Amino acid sequence: MLERLGLMPTQASTVAGDVDALYLSLVALSVVFSVGIAAALAFFAIRYRRRSEAHEAEQIHGSLALELVWSIIPFVIAMGIFVWGASLFITLKRPPENAIEIFAVGKQWMWKLQHLEGRREINELHVPVGTPVKVTLTSEDVIHSFFVPAFRVKQDAVPGRYSTVWFEATQTGSFHLFCAEYCGTEHSLMIGTVTVMEPDDYQAWLSAGSGDGMAGPAHGDGPRSVAAAGGELFRDLRCHTCHRQAPGALGPSLTNVFGAQVTLRGGGTVRADEAYLRESIVDPRAKLTEGYDPIMPTFQGLVSEEGLMQLVAYIKSLAAGQDT
Amino acid sequence: METEHYLNVDYGIRSWLLTRDHKRIALLYLGSITFMFFLGGIFALVIRLELLTPAGDIVGADTYNKLFTMHGVIMIFFFLIPSIPAVLGNFLVPLMIGARDLAFPRLNLASWYVYSLGALFGLWAVFTGGVDTGWTFYAPYSTTASYTKVVPTIVGAFLVGFSSIFTGLNFIVTIHRMRAPGLTWFRLPLFIWAHYATSVIIILGTPVIAITLGLVAVERVFRIGIFDPALGGDPILFQHLFWFYSHPAVYIMILPSMGIISEVITCFSRKRIFGYSFIAISSLAIALLGFLVWGHHMFVSGQSVYAALIFSVLSFAVAIPSAVKVFNWAATLYKGSISFEAPMVYALGFIGLFTIGGLTGLFLAALGLDVHVHDTYFVVAHFHYIMVGGAIMGYLAGIHFWWPKITGRLYPETLARIAALTVFLGFNLTFFPQFVLGYLGMPRRYYTYPEEFQVLNVMSTAGASILGIGYLLPMLYLTWSLRWGPRASANPWRATGLEWTIPSPPSTHNFPTTPLVTEEPYAYPLREAREY
Amino acid sequence: MSTAEHAVAHQFDDAEQQHEASTLGMWLFLVTEILFFGGLFMLYVVYRTTYPDAFAEGSHHLDLRLGAFNTVILIGSSLTMALAVHAAQVGRQRVLVGFLGLTIVLGCVFLVIKGFEYAAKFEHGLVPGPGFLLAGPLAPQVELFFCLYFAMTALHAIHMVIGVGVLAVIAAMATRGAFGPAYITPVELMGLYWHFVDVVWIFLFPLLYLIGGR
Repeated sequence: MLERLGLMPTQASTVAGDVDALYLSLVALSVVFSVGIAAALAFFAIRYRRRSEAHEAEQIHGSLALELVWSIIPFVIAMGIFVWGASLFITLKRPPENAIEIFAVGKQWMWKLQHLEGRREINELHVPVGTPVKVTLTSEDVIHSFFVPAFRVKQDAVPGRYSTVWFEATQTGSFHLFCAEYCGTEHSLMIGTVTVMEPDDYQAWLSAGSGDGMAGPAHGDGPRSVAAAGGELFRDLRCHTCHRQAPGALGPSLTNVFGAQVTLRGGGTVRADEAYLRESIVDPRAKLTEGYDPIMPTFQGLVSEEGLMQLVAYIKSLAAGQDT
Repeated sequence: METEHYLNVDYGIRSWLLTRDHKRIALLYLGSITFMFFLGGIFALVIRLELLTPAGDIVGADTYNKLFTMHGVIMIFFFLIPSIPAVLGNFLVPLMIGARDLAFPRLNLASWYVYSLGALFGLWAVFTGGVDTGWTFYAPYSTTASYTKVVPTIVGAFLVGFSSIFTGLNFIVTIHRMRAPGLTWFRLPLFIWAHYATSVIIILGTPVIAITLGLVAVERVFRIGIFDPALGGDPILFQHLFWFYSHPAVYIMILPSMGIISEVITCFSRKRIFGYSFIAISSLAIALLGFLVWGHHMFVSGQSVYAALIFSVLSFAVAIPSAVKVFNWAATLYKGSISFEAPMVYALGFIGLFTIGGLTGLFLAALGLDVHVHDTYFVVAHFHYIMVGGAIMGYLAGIHFWWPKITGRLYPETLARIAALTVFLGFNLTFFPQFVLGYLGMPRRYYTYPEEFQVLNVMSTAGASILGIGYLLPMLYLTWSLRWGPRASANPWRATGLEWTIPSPPSTHNFPTTPLVTEEPYAYPLREAREY
Repeated sequence: MSTAEHAVAHQFDDAEQQHEASTLGMWLFLVTEILFFGGLFMLYVVYRTTYPDAFAEGSHHLDLRLGAFNTVILIGSSLTMALAVHAAQVGRQRVLVGFLGLTIVLGCVFLVIKGFEYAAKFEHGLVPGPGFLLAGPLAPQVELFFCLYFAMTALHAIHMVIGVGVLAVIAAMATRGAFGPAYITPVELMGLYWHFVDVVWIFLFPLLYLIGGR
């Protein structure tokens, strides 16, 4: 109803209702407190208005009991809101395991979105309804922010690192996509649309479509998968000369590395996720793998963000049992 | 035959530009910050005009980006942060504690010159092309991608930062060392406590923004890359350093205003403040806790979940002392003897609007909800409720309350009340719709927006024009009162406080003899008119 | 004999209040300086923890002998400053001027050596920015190290220059007999400032010059 009155956005994701519940509860709380204070002020102002010069106030210093009451009760309420907001946040930060993956690069002033099966979009994102979607974000230049009000999600896209945001759409339709971090002249125009489709329509959409201006040779009529593009790049950059499944190879084999725990030189382990893979390409010495010499050169500046996404997708596709 | 006082003792321009009298320096500041306020206000009006329609039609994108940047930079660095401390604080701190001047009068004058030099840099930046990074100067946009007058603006902000530090340093030393005999800490007016807490924040926080913005300027000038990801630099580190000051800065902007409210509420209820020590200690608590919450500006920037949790819980904690103050002010009215002169109208408006602003802070502190409303108009509405509905209303309350003391004249009461109500109504119409706009998803810093956001934007612009009129009125009638307002006695409000025991306006040396304080503050009813 | 009956400013009740106020003021100013440098130290802590090898490599490019020598010079200048304050306290004007002068000289020596170090960095292409010539796998982060090196040492050097300037003014005042047992406040406060600048260097030296096992 509030949506029809134009006071709230559409609830189009699994978390939207939860976020709205917290919001409306806080609205109710705020109304109670502000009306309460306003009423008290108004009541006191009228009841104790100065009717004559002889009207004297009653000099009250204070009341420890009251101070404790109106410190402790708000504190408890505040902690309750904290817990509620925190648990919602943790949900927002934990993409489900079965989420489909999208890569997004923000650049002045557009969003470039890459489906792993190959289709690319600019300022448009097609997703299936009822399926968790995880978007891995980065920026090519300045900080941007990926914001879909109808889904109640937002995440900054920062140059030099990956961040992720996930959502599961609950209704089909078109929803605003905004850039929510000021990024220069056409920040206001860095907007687009998330189009949610039925799963069958989405699959059809994925397989259709021309090359969309992709770099590299097209294979057949359909769009080439990102992982395949990554495989080509892997060979073009000569990665395979060191990263081989063979004794005496100069670099660790990447066949099953994605998702595994990597043992680092000097102790400690790290989970090989997308951010780890990206970092290892642009800053190989940040986390050195045990048992190998630190001789990998950096590819910072030699590979674009899209190239990095293709390589990451390729390495992921090598892991046994993983979807691409 | 007019007696000699600090205004008429010498009319020469040198006596003003080389003055060491804290009261004259306060007026020098009043002129400067009022000018900056109206400049920043004009930018706001153009912004609101542009936002009347969804399309970008009045100004181009770059111009709009410069307008909101310069509105923010001017209002925060050149108006709000100095305003109450540099005008009312400078004027009243020595008077309220029975001193002849601040501890370091020449440093005080220097702080105004440094401010003015900073303002000149800022104005130069504005009028030779402007700056478009947002007042937040986020890297890497500010360091590598903006082609506007970033460095001169930073120099200006840097200089007014030092001006601010000088003021804060002066206040701390003065309050520690120059209180009149008998004026123990817990006999101090709450205005003094507020300025003390504010000064602590200034001392600790301002140097950090100075070095952070300095690094942005160095990065631009020398093309080095402290925050450049290509070198392994971290743009998020910029945000940490920036907000480490800029969050406490909001307490610099609100605490002095809260101090004014305590003075006004007590006087116009003719009643001592309810919970004096709680309000005093709350000011310190806000100052200290305020340094621990900066990450709540960065919940979606990519910091870890653990950091986000800590910043969120602390942000809820810092709300409590402010709530305690609101309850204590309301309780002060209970069984008071209340009148509604303009300062009181402003003060009551402050309490209502600050309450709403503070409550909406809880929305932003709640992690899961902040994800949705961060960087939308919800945030814009929240901080304007506190800064404008709170801080500026408090400032106006103070200007009206102490106007007789400062100028020796009374302002026209009816007109002042009308102006106060105009400000209150205009303010709410301007900013309340922005809460709804923000939740609907309208991002900040947009000059063009989807059509469905237009109705709320039109309401907001309508409110802004009313608010503008509300601000113009005091400019007019206060100026008018300088010449034609009735002359004020030493204590036209029959208020407690040492400043009301000396003539209006005071003489240059404030007190002919050092007062001896024997009573608690707000010792109403005022039995006899104690005139020194 | 020195004169040194310094007038009490009108806002103060007596010389003692004036002295206490001035001292508190200087301590507060030094607190702001700690926060000012603190921002750079925070950046240093974060980046060094993230790029320990690059920072070690950068540190090895610094001239340890010159850095160590400068440290000794600066500590020595703190000694001469303390001796100057003592001389002022006991009213020995010529000794005071002498030690102030010595402090100034030592400060200038420090700055000259710093100048030589900077010049060497220019020559070797170690100044961050377009002229950074170092190559190697860690080069970008080594450049980051040098960004911090220059920012921190330059900020420190600016404080030294200001310090030397104010010391010269105070020395001139001392020559004209402005200080004596009854009034030494500027000398004392300058002592505080000078010791602070020294302490900052005592942190900077190991953090910049002694990384990575030297």
